[in-house]
Amino acid sequence: MSIALDSPAATAEAPAQRYESGRWQRLARPALGIVVPVTLALAWELAVWAGWSNGRLVPPPSRVFATIVELARSGELTKHVTTTLFRVAAGFGFGVIAGTLLGAVSGYWGIARRLLDPTVQALRAIPSIAWVPLFILWLGIFETSKVALIAVGVFFPVYLGVMGAILSVDRKIVEVGRTFRLSGPAMIRRILLPAVLPAYVVALRVGLGLGWMFVVAAEFMGASEGLGYLLIDGQQLGKPAQILAAITIFALLGKTTDWLIERLTAPLLRWQDAFRPGGDS
Amino acid sequence: MLSLDKVGKTYPNGVHALESFNARIPQGEIVAIIGGSGCGKSTLLRAVAGLDRASTGTIRVDDIAITAPHEKIGIIFQEPRLLPWLNVADNIGFGLADLPAAARRDKVAQALARVGLSDKAKAWPRELSGGQAQRVAIARALVPQPEVLLLDEPFSALDAFTRRDLQDHLLDLWADTRPTLILVTHDVDEAVVLADRVLVMRPRPGRLFAEIDVGLARPRDRASSLFDAVKKRVLTALDRSLDRDLPDAAPAEAVGAWW
Repeated sequence: MSIALDSPAATAEAPAQRYESGRWQRLARPALGIVVPVTLALAWELAVWAGWSNGRLVPPPSRVFATIVELARSGELTKHVTTTLFRVAAGFGFGVIAGTLLGAVSGYWGIARRLLDPTVQALRAIPSIAWVPLFILWLGIFETSKVALIAVGVFFPVYLGVMGAILSVDRKIVEVGRTFRLSGPAMIRRILLPAVLPAYVVALRVGLGLGWMFVVAAEFMGASEGLGYLLIDGQQLGKPAQILAAITIFALLGKTTDWLIERLTAPLLRWQDAFRPGGDS
Repeated sequence: MLSLDKVGKTYPNGVHALESFNARIPQGEIVAIIGGSGCGKSTLLRAVAGLDRASTGTIRVDDIAITAPHEKIGIIFQEPRLLPWLNVADNIGFGLADLPAAARRDKVAQALARVGLSDKAKAWPRELSGGQAQRVAIARALVPQPEVLLLDEPFSALDAFTRRDLQDHLLDLWADTRPTLILVTHDVDEAVVLADRVLVMRPRPGRLFAEIDVGLARPRDRASSLFDAVKKRVLTALDRSLDRDLPDAAPAEAVGAWW
């Protein structure tokens, strides 16, 4: 008798439970990523608060946060962030345009590849920072040399990504285009471009990552504003909280811009049949 | 009429894949080409499709010499080769880009209904089973209404049930517009179920070895004794085509037994 009474209750509970677990997955799973940094930050905050460390060289999160707030209130933060963002955007733009054009030419025409690729690969072997003195001599110490350095950093991954993607387009798919008698431009538009797109997005993301790396190098070489300047300034004036504030903002901006690329291109890549470890979320 | 006149192919690496192949195939006939590996059957099909040029001889469809892909000729490959970034409907309409959008939509909708995939119009290729994907490939090739449809082992990657299903389905579709079908296959059953005529080829270099008229009424009963008899004739021819002692066959040892 008791079994008969229990079982309907158990079945009624099941859907609610499934709903709960669905919500858990939607909200909590992304949150999993911030568990480790938040725990570390809290632990350090606690250590300084308890007096186990004076936190002078490694300021606690609260002091870093206060520095950010202070910079924001004085309007300095906006100035530094917009300056750095402009440099990255300009360098990324030029680097992507050049990398895409040359990569496409090298990928599409064998002659161009044999002509251009060895030179580009040789230039790629030079650590990009080595260009700094030359760029300063050629382009001056202001914006142009900085943007040029960032563009060089962005150029190579984009060039390689585009060329590699074109070279690895499936011959069988190209043959489908041939059987339907696509003209050269139609073949590019209807077969090559979509086939290359996933690898291109990856190349853009790698390029952007390098752009953020190189903006710091560029701003180390004599800038009066920008987040890289904040870093140097913090070092010279012994303000570790300011350095950590700048690093935190770099992390936030880098992550946000990367997320933007991912988001903007996601609708174009919905067709992909990719391996998604740990579920698609 | 599809006519092949002394069609031969030697690849740049010196492999003599096909030698002086002759055939006349009237409009609407179904021809199966069967033979051991290296007999040049795929080479032949790719030459007719205009994907590779024959080294010698001429291929004509209604007196048009074929040297490049032509609108009168469609091809279905062993793999569906759907474009993964287009949904099913757009894949089927891929060859209709010149048509106004409304006309294209109508044709695609008809084709989808005809292959029984109307509910999959918006699906991505990755969401289809192997058999469904090959149906889409068939629809894509048939939608521009080619006069000649080439099939390169189209069902060999499918399981036995799906294969039979698609063989019957292909015949249904063929009956709509009656294009010439040229089917390359490894499967004797498939050749005898589908074809009016079976061409048996022999390897090294590839050439025509035997020609068998199937002469069975459709629909064909795969279990009938008449069917079996034809199958036996094809199998015998196939066996003999692979017999290395036959005059003018290249020595099989050429492949090289190192012991």
